[in-house]
Amino acid sequence: MKPAARPVDFNPLRIRLPVTAWVSLLHRVSGVLLFAALPMGVAALSVSLADAGGFQRAAGWFGHPLGKFALLGWTWAFAHHFFAGLRHLALDLHWGSSLADARRSSIAVLVVSAMVTLAVAWRLLR
Amino acid sequence: MKIAAGSHTGTGTWLVQRATAVVLALALPVLGMRILLALPVDFVGWRALFQPVAMRVACVLAAAALALHAWVGLRDVLMDYVRPTLVRLILYLVVIVTLAGSVAALAATLWSLP
Repeated sequence: MKPAARPVDFNPLRIRLPVTAWVSLLHRVSGVLLFAALPMGVAALSVSLADAGGFQRAAGWFGHPLGKFALLGWTWAFAHHFFAGLRHLALDLHWGSSLADARRSSIAVLVVSAMVTLAVAWRLLR
Repeated sequence: MKIAAGSHTGTGTWLVQRATAVVLALALPVLGMRILLALPVDFVGWRALFQPVAMRVACVLAAAALALHAWVGLRDVLMDYVRPTLVRLILYLVVIVTLAGSVAALAATLWSLP
């Protein structure tokens, strides 16, 4: 007899992922975003330190609405990656690895990184 | 034969990722605060911030730790999602050149300050 076909569906838009899985997924996404931002950040720093004109140009980039939006995206990526990373290090030491604790710390990572992003948004956009 | 683009150094790379994570978790907030507390700055003040040798060395060491950390992470992502060996190896090369290039460019920038 043929075994019944198992439903195999890893489309995150169709299956309901637990909050711990979302934090893990976003840890990866934010890591890749930070990687992509690194060469751009180094380039901007290089321009800003070259001469007074370069400093003005770089300041202009980050003063532009698109630049502020990019800075805000970077802030969220950094904050999420940072706090999810601390959570990961704690889990490696078996701190908070029970299901209830892991759920709580996942929610904390989402909330704290959102709060950091909102605080920076308020500072940048007011 | 080992798989050319496989993972056969798991424990070592895992340890590198965790060790660099600890270094970055300590170093980046300190460097970030050093820069944020100096804001707002003009060009002269901005340059003065990166003038001390200790600051330059700290920035380049942090960037090196970041490059190692990002290499392990990106390698994991590519191992999970990119199946064809040749494509994966080419993307590894892109990642390595990007990371090594960023660290080298940062060092060159900081040491070309007058």
